[in-house]
This record gives sequence, C-alpha cells and structure tokens, in this order.
Amino acid sequence: MTDIPRRDPRTEWILRNRLHPQYDEMVAVNSGPVRGPTGLLRKNPHAVGFIGPNGIKRIDRSAGLTGGAGGLSSRAKGRSAQAEVELPMHRVEQPDFYVAVVVDLAGGRLSSHDKDVLGQAHQLVKAAEGEGAVVAVALGEAREANFDKAGADRMVHLTEVYGQSLTGYCPEHKLAVLEAVESELAPRYWLFPDSVHGGADLGSRLAARLSERPVVHAWQVDADHSVCRGGSQLTDWHRPTARVILLAEECALPIDETRHEAKPIELASIPKVTPRIEDLGQVEVDPSKIALGEAEFILSAGNGVRDWSQFHEVATALGATEGASRVAVDDGNMPRFRQVGATGTWVTARVYVAVGISGAIQHMQGIGRCDKVVAINLDDGCDMIKRADLSVIGNSQGILGELLRLAESRQSGTELESPKATAESTEEDRHVA
Amino acid sequence: MSPDSFPNSFSNPDLKVASLISVGQHPKSGRARRASQDARAVELGLKMAGSSSRLIHVGGGDETGLRQYLGMGLPEITLLEADGRADAVPILVRHLKEQPADIVLTGIHAERGEASGMVPYLLAEYLGWPIVPRIADIQKVEEGFAEVLQALPRGQRRLLRVSLPFIATVDNAAPDARQYAFGPARRGLMDGVAVDAPVDETRLEWQESPAKPRPKRLNVVKAKSAADRFKAATAKPQGQGGKVIRDGTDREKAEAIMELLIAEGVVR
Ligand SMILES: Cc1cc2nc3c(=O)[nH]c(=O)nc-3n(C[C@H](O)[C@H](O)[C@H](O)COP(=O)(O)OP(=O)(O)OC[C@H]3O[C@@H](n4cnc5c(N)ncnc54)[C@H](O)[C@@H]3O)c2cc1C
Repeated sequence: MTDIPRRDPRTEWILRNRLHPQYDEMVAVNSGPVRGPTGLLRKNPHAVGFIGPNGIKRIDRSAGLTGGAGGLSSRAKGRSAQAEVELPMHRVEQPDFYVAVVVDLAGGRLSSHDKDVLGQAHQLVKAAEGEGAVVAVALGEAREANFDKAGADRMVHLTEVYGQSLTGYCPEHKLAVLEAVESELAPRYWLFPDSVHGGADLGSRLAARLSERPVVHAWQVDADHSVCRGGSQLTDWHRPTARVILLAEECALPIDETRHEAKPIELASIPKVTPRIEDLGQVEVDPSKIALGEAEFILSAGNGVRDWSQFHEVATALGATEGASRVAVDDGNMPRFRQVGATGTWVTARVYVAVGISGAIQHMQGIGRCDKVVAINLDDGCDMIKRADLSVIGNSQGILGELLRLAESRQSGTELESPKATAESTEEDRHVA
Repeated sequence: MSPDSFPNSFSNPDLKVASLISVGQHPKSGRARRASQDARAVELGLKMAGSSSRLIHVGGGDETGLRQYLGMGLPEITLLEADGRADAVPILVRHLKEQPADIVLTGIHAERGEASGMVPYLLAEYLGWPIVPRIADIQKVEEGFAEVLQALPRGQRRLLRVSLPFIATVDNAAPDARQYAFGPARRGLMDGVAVDAPVDETRLEWQESPAKPRPKRLNVVKAKSAADRFKAATAKPQGQGGKVIRDGTDREKAEAIMELLIAEGVVR
C-alpha cells in the first residue's frame, strides 16, 4: 500500500448530492478528518450549523463565548441565564402627581390592551415636569397579573366593596371607587382602555360624573395633543388632550425594560351607593349560534374523525362551538362556514381542540391567535402536536367516546366510579410519559 | 296604523319607549342612511311598544337618512330642530323632562362626527337614570323593573335587572332591523320644532381629517448583543413544550383533556 491519497470520484459525487439515497452513509464514513490530495487537513464547511425555523442555515458562533462545550447545551444555558435577568427597578418615592389607569382585567388577566395603556401612562408621566406615579386601578379578581412588570408604580386593587364582589357587572360600585380615587389622589390623567370589556363603559361614566369631556378612540396621545378615530373609522379628529382618555389598542408600546413597585394604596373611604342595576349572571347561549371567529371554545374536526354523529354529540355535551379542517368540509362532513384556516375563518378561541387534524400550514394560520391548543391524533410526529399545549396520541373515536361519557356524567352530576383514583393515575402517567 | 299590525310586538302600549336616532353613513360610499345600531334600537322599540314608541332626532333633519326610520312603520319623528353644530344633550334633557319615557334606547356610537358615545351617559347623568350599555334584548318589563340581556364579547350574554326609567345602548348583537318600506317613509310625519341651543364651541376648534392608516406594530427585538439578536431570529415558534400523552387507556387520556378544559374554565 502506498500513502498516496486516492480520490474516489463516485463517493465525491454522492457527497455532492444531498438527495442521493446513499448520502447519509457516505457522510458517516467520511466524517472523520478529511485530507486533501496533498495531505492537507480539510475542514467541511457544510457540516457546521443547523437549519433555523425559516429554513435558513444558522451558525451559532456564541457557543465558544458562553463557555459551554456542546453547541446545544450552551444554548440552553444561555437561555436560562437570560430568563433570570432582573429588570432594573423604577422607584417613585414622593410622587408630585398621579396618572390613573383603570385596567379591564378581563378574565382576571392583564390584556395586551391594558399593558399598552400602562405604557401610554408612562409616556405621559415622562413628558411632564416633576416626578409622577402611575396608579393602576384594578377592580375584581386578578390571576397571574404581573402589575410590577406591566408598569404600575402604585396599585388600588379591590375585589369587593361593602360585601359586593366587583368581579361581575357592577358599574355603579366601580364608579364609586373611582370617585374615591379622584378625591384622594386627584390624578392628572385618567386613562382607560377603549374596549368592550368594560373600559369604555366605565370611562364614559366617570367622564360624565366629573363633567370632563373625554378623548375617545384615541390612538396617538401626547401631553397636549391627541388624534382620535371618528365615526365609522372614516375620520381622524385632532384635538387637545383632555383629562379623561379612552385609548384604542396599540396606542403605545408596553413597558418591558423596567420593574415597578406596585405599592398598594388604601382608600380612606368609598362612597356608598344603592345600585339600580343588578347582575343576574351569565346566560347559557347555544354554542352553535356563536360566530366561529369569536367563539371561546372550539372543537374542531379533521380527516381523522370517523364517527360524525359522535363528534356532534361531544360538541353539544361540552358546549363547544364546532370547527373543521378543509378536508372535513370538502368531504361534505361539515358546512363551509365551519372551516378554520387560511381560506376559512381565523379563530381567536381560548381553547381549541383539534381532533384528527394534521396541522397543515393553511390550517395553522387560522389558529395562530388561540391560547391553548389540544390535539387528538394517531400520529405523534404531526405538526399539530408540535403546536399543541396538550396532545393525546390515540384513536379519535375511542377518546371522543370517553370524553362524551365524562361530559355527560358531569352534567347529570354523578361522577363515574372512583374518579379520584383515576385522576391521580393519569397524573402519574403523564409524569412518566 | 294599529300596534296589532306588528306581528312580533309584545304590545305594551302603556310602556313609553323612545329611541334616539341619528343619520348614519354607508361605511364605503359615505351615503346617508339609517345608522345600523340606531335602527336596531328602533326595532327593539317596536317590539316593546309597537308603533306607540317614539323617535327623537336633534339636528338639521337630513331627509333621506331619517325617513328610512319612518319606513320601518312608525307614524312620526319628533324633530328637535337645532343647528348642526349644537350640543344635543341639553335639548334632549329638556325634552325628556317635559315628555317622560320609561325606556330610552340609543346606538352605542354615532356613525358620523366624533362618535364619542357620550350622549347616553350624559343624559343618564343629568336625568339621574341608570344606563345599561350594549344590550341585545329586553326580555320583560314588570313592576317597575326590566330584565335586560347584555351582549358580552365572544357571543356571551348576561342578564341584568334594572329599575325603570333607564337608558340603554343597543349592540350589534341585537336582532337585525326590519327592512324599511318606501311608502310609509314618504307618508310619515317629520314636523320640526325649532329649539334654541348653544353652539358647541369647543368642537369648532378641533380639526377633522380623513382617517390615516395606523402604523402596524412590528415585532421589534430589543437585543443588547449580537448573540441575543441571533437567538431571537432562530427561536423556534411558541408552543414547543407541550405535554404529550402516549400511553394509557382512552379513559385516562379523555380525563387529561377534561382536566384542562375545566382548568381553563370553558367547561362548567
Ligand atoms: C390554497 C389552499 C388553502 C387551504 N386552506 C385551508 C384552510 O383554510 N383550512 C384548512 O383546514 N385547510 C386548508 N387547506 C388544506 C390543507 O393544506 C390541508 O390539506 C388540510 O388542512 C388537512 O386537513 P386534515 O388535517 O383534516 O387532514 P389530514 O392531513 O388528512 O390529517 C388527518 C390527521 O388525522 C389523523 N388521524 C387519522 N385517523 C385518525 C384516527 N382514527 N384518530 C385520530 N387521528 C387520526 C392523522 O394522523 C392525520 O394527522 C388549504 C390548502 C390549500 C392548497
């Protein structure tokens, strides 16, 4: 044997063609150090990096900087380190004035609209002379509402006044609280989200009570000038900024670089009112009558549904609005107006259950704004599973059947045999899985 | 025309219902027409009190737009003639004090002008009445109380009990207004009563311009270093860390789904 390096044109030809059936084998054999014809060590520039989500090749050169050995582990480390970064604290010791923001707190959470309005409040504080504090007025139960990160320097948070819970519809009580805030803090501005979740209602009430002329549908606000949308969205009104401002969505950028104190303020006294509007609670509505685009809970069927009458029964029992993939519609199993996706409806559901839907991009576009996605599918590698927050792998018919039984037993009020034990075992299974 | 000629009116002629109407505009052509929310308010008024429900308009009296309300089958419009730039609220307060009503219905926003939606709130404040915004229906009126169905986002409804007299704004979720007919629209009476009202001076200083498209918010990446920017560009789409249940019986899988549905509050 001589040490003259020999070229193998066939291997080289295969290595140049990524689609060749033997490409992977050849790469595996040739992955050691490669020597050129003169004996020089050759680097393979194609073997580094990974393909990013947009299909573009990416080379992570930060691997060496963060000190990790492998690219992947160092990336994971970098991310967790980033998550722990403490944002700088913004402190207001002695506020010269206040800006009040009444948040909607729809469903107990701060919506993006609420956060935009808090961002706007900080812009108004910055533009003014002196040190101002943003007071977030939150009326009702709050769940995982990070007021400190959203930009609240002070908080007025009440869940009930005089034994009346503020979570339902009680605008008169809420107005009484706002009046108390007005008399104690005399905020320079009152900001409300101009929303259907109660912000517009409460803002109009307060403006009428204080005899202030509010700025409504405002989308560009600074200390002395506002731009507002007029009727039918056809005109813009340029006007001086008033004390009560109802702000449109995306009026300003939310706070994301500072933390705030969110120091609670106690109100000394709240005027007592006798309400003339009484909340008798929400009414059951027929879920099939709710427009797909605004339904809160959608049970959606695809090509993987076998028993259609069972599917309809489950939707009725769970009280879900029905949706469908295009294949289910094209096959005539569902009406056209139920189609979700690029050529159907873009849905905004909080919970979207996809039964036997593979997750084609045209379908995924339609569910981009859903919060929680649940997938029931036979194929654990499909795209819907990658998107879903909870996926169960199995035959749709069997799982829907059990779901139907569970829903019916809930309705009749009788739990099935030993529900506690089974619930715990699923819990364990999940940890194992 | 008698109230019986309306098949779906629950004809309570003792009930005094007044609808405040304005001239709307077609969203594309801008042509004058009945405003869609106001027309729904009139429809609800017809259901409550038949043709004895009243229509009230303050302003110049643009014929074509207003006559469409008459075409829904009402004999006349109470037209309080005032300058187009006048503030409607004091005129309405005076009128409603002279000729009281039990229920006053309006739209949520006007289709022209500032469309602040403040008129019903100011009326409620001056008259001392309760106001219920965004209603879809009035279910019953008895013993000085009304049960009102309020429209919530996502197609939900809430039942409220409110004491008479009250003001309500009518949501787009309320039943569609009936088609208007040309004949009754021509025949209906529209006699104006001139009222004196001060011009709304503050409004005159504001400028009106055609709506400018609002800038779309971009996903701005605020990264301090190149490595952070790189990560933002290569980050996988969200929802990566979902729970996957492979093993177990169908029953257990169904229970896991049910648990999530209950935790999210969509199954009650
Ligand atoms: C221009 C264009 C526009 C489009 N617009 C849309 C649109 O708006 N909306 C839309 O939905 N689609 C749209 N499509 C179609 C889209 O590309 C997909 O073809 C379609 O979404 C696939 O539907 P599917 O997931 O129901 O069916 P499939 O892709 O056939 O998936 C069926 C899934 O069910 C699973 N399965 C099978 N049997 C069972 C079982 N017994 N139990 C459990 N799971 C089972 C399978 O594993 C598979 O994942 C469009 C396509 C084009 C070209």
